[in-house]
Amino acid sequence: MVVDDQLSRVFSALADPIRRDMVARLAVADATVNELAEPYSVTVQAVSKHLKVLEDAGLVSRRKQAQRRPVHLEAEVFDLMTKWIERYRQEAEQRYQRLDAVLAEMAQAPEQTRAEGEAS
Amino acid sequence: MSTTTHPETTISADPALPTIRITREFDAPVDAVFRAHVEPELVAKWLGPRSLTMLVDRWDATTGGGYRYTHVRGDEQYRFYGSFHEVRPNERIVQTFTFEGFPDGVSLETVTFTDLGGGRTRLDVLSVFETTEVRDAAMASGMETGVVEGYEQLDELLA
Repeated sequence: MVVDDQLSRVFSALADPIRRDMVARLAVADATVNELAEPYSVTVQAVSKHLKVLEDAGLVSRRKQAQRRPVHLEAEVFDLMTKWIERYRQEAEQRYQRLDAVLAEMAQAPEQTRAEGEAS
Repeated sequence: MSTTTHPETTISADPALPTIRITREFDAPVDAVFRAHVEPELVAKWLGPRSLTMLVDRWDATTGGGYRYTHVRGDEQYRFYGSFHEVRPNERIVQTFTFEGFPDGVSLETVTFTDLGGGRTRLDVLSVFETTEVRDAAMASGMETGVVEGYEQLDELLA
């Protein structure tokens, strides 16, 4: 399987705009559930549900720290996504290397290539 | 491994937007790069995975035109179609893109050709999908058909 389960969970976790916003804010600094809930007109329970999805995807973790349990972004999970995108990039690169070859052919015999193109 | 220095393809998939951006420079004048996108005989030589043969049923790269092609490998067939919304010579192509196996997923592609001078051209491709899920599915499937050849080496490279 090309796309492993964690990657699917990561992408589906990030498909929700509130969760993406939470991730964006956690990228700046750790935050508590109450702090994360502040900007939204949803309950702390709803935010906790979103957090659970992010936690299951391995995107965030929560550590005991005195009275607080701040939410922490696990940035290394994004490496998985980066690798996936890198594979897609390599596919595009291969395609464009073939286009390089076509362009080189056209430069060598512009008239012939043009005639071929018009013959259709 | 090739020793030729190719200009790098850059790609970005915004986690917050259902888009993919691809940028690549070519050591060729803008009219040649543009022709390689609109003339079907040239398109068939580079578009699509190397391991598949591209059969062009229709390629009318004009404003309001359309296209349909099939990638073939043995018994496998992948058909694609779309409309050319706008074709502006040497500047831009706006087209839709649908994989027949997933007709509910359509993307809108804007290809921009930039003359960099000195016989060089930059290509910018922006694909907009309906949702991030459709975008991710497209990336995953494109990857599966696109990098079948040399897949193991790629795995090693990325390990």
